[in-house]
Amino acid sequence: MLELENIKWSTPDGDEILKGVSFVVPDNRLVAITGPNGGGKTTIAKLIAGIEKPESGRILLDGEDITDANVTERALKGISYAFQQPVRFKGLTVRDLIELSAGGRLSEDRLCGVLSKVGLCAREYIDREVSGALSGGEIKRIEIATVLERPSRLAVFDEPEAGIDLWSFSSLISVFEELRKKQDKTLVIISHQERILSVADEIVVISGGKVKEHGSRDKVLPSLLEEEERCDVCPKIR
Amino acid sequence: MELITEKLLGAVSDWSGKFAGAYNIRENGLCAGRAVTENIDIVTKTDKPGIDIKIKPHTKNETVSIPACVTKGDVDDLVYNDFYIGEDADVLIVAGCGVHTDTHETARHNGIHRFFLGKNSHVVYREKHIGTGDGDGNRTIDPVTEAFLEEGAVLEIESTQIKGVDSSFRKTKAVIEENAKLIIREAIMTDNKQRADTEFEVELKGENSGADLISRSVAKGCSVQNYRSKIIGNAPCTGHSECDAIIADNATVNAAPELTAAHPDAQLIHEAAIGKIAGEQILKLRTLGLTEEEAEKKIIEGFLK
Repeated sequence: MLELENIKWSTPDGDEILKGVSFVVPDNRLVAITGPNGGGKTTIAKLIAGIEKPESGRILLDGEDITDANVTERALKGISYAFQQPVRFKGLTVRDLIELSAGGRLSEDRLCGVLSKVGLCAREYIDREVSGALSGGEIKRIEIATVLERPSRLAVFDEPEAGIDLWSFSSLISVFEELRKKQDKTLVIISHQERILSVADEIVVISGGKVKEHGSRDKVLPSLLEEEERCDVCPKIR
Repeated sequence: MELITEKLLGAVSDWSGKFAGAYNIRENGLCAGRAVTENIDIVTKTDKPGIDIKIKPHTKNETVSIPACVTKGDVDDLVYNDFYIGEDADVLIVAGCGVHTDTHETARHNGIHRFFLGKNSHVVYREKHIGTGDGDGNRTIDPVTEAFLEEGAVLEIESTQIKGVDSSFRKTKAVIEENAKLIIREAIMTDNKQRADTEFEVELKGENSGADLISRSVAKGCSVQNYRSKIIGNAPCTGHSECDAIIADNATVNAAPELTAAHPDAQLIHEAAIGKIAGEQILKLRTLGLTEEEAEKKIIEGFLK
């Protein structure tokens, strides 16, 4: 179980982004975090992974206070994190990165399995460098593959849909649905996508640096969609 | 053969007590072992130190190993090796070089190599440089390479210098004829007060000739690296050079590419980038459970691979 207790965080310029955020992510659930841009969603993902440190408040993993644990320590405690904007490496290949993530050598079959989940052909990709030669969509899928292959109990995905084409998006949803069924995997997914929200067990809405709403998908999603319809600046036809 | 030579051979080549195929082992300026095959002959030069390596036309899938080792200080080894590659041959040449000194005296190897590639031949030339020993004498390797590629020939040079060489000056010149191609992959790491200079000069002379020069380097400590590349396109050709360097501590890297196009259909490109390891790269690997030091090591290993 992951608990965020009264988390506050400001930018180096002093802009207050999170103004006392608290919520609980129960074990083996898929919790989606959504809300308007600039509301602090990515900051929450980074705080969970240890990339950012809160000004105040606590983060607990299975009751253990991990607020002061660094990125490596949190990774070793079983937290994995898929970057919204994946990092490129000259020299490290797709195989290198996925094997580093898995913690050891992987068979071609295994690599093929994880890459096909994100819509990539292993034969074509395993020896390619994770560098600027790959497109944004390709590198995003590889990023997701690294997290899928990592033995972790809590996986955080920051906007996994960004840069993913329609075809891969469908298989991405299947991947999340499959992970959700696993008994030993808790998922936190930052997303704006209705299709991702619709496979979540719970939805947390972050707005203006606070938790605006938190509840089951069936409770939160309809009101979110209603709000979208009410927007008179750019009304959406549904 | 000295024990140090055996250790150096293990580090710079596939030595496992013997070599597969033809070979010539040079130890402190003298021949410490040689074997020839039906297709590959090795002949000692009579006018200066060195050997001629003659590979018959159509020789396929054979290997020639010509490692050179300097095992002590106060040795300044100069050698001239010429490679004659017959038409349509396809071979691997392994030319590792190790310099070792346990004293304050310099151990230096200076190999001057010329390659004459016949029509449609293909050569992979692999050279690995290493410096070892506890002495404070300089470990120096200054290779000079000249290559002449006839029509349709392909020369791939894989050059690695990762550890222990205090000073190196690598000069490579090549003339590329019609449909021929030169590919160079260089990986260098320097530390402390080491210095590594690289100079490439390639003339793309024939129609549809090509050159691809890729240098990746890591400069740490107070080391200094200089990279100069010059590609001259005198025909419809493609030339590409790329210098990528990771810099750390108080090191200096200087990259000076030069392109000269003397034909309207010469397509020449240069890319150069120097910078420290991106913080985000370290962060990504830390989210996979690596420490900062482990992440840096992995990134450098991959970069120089």
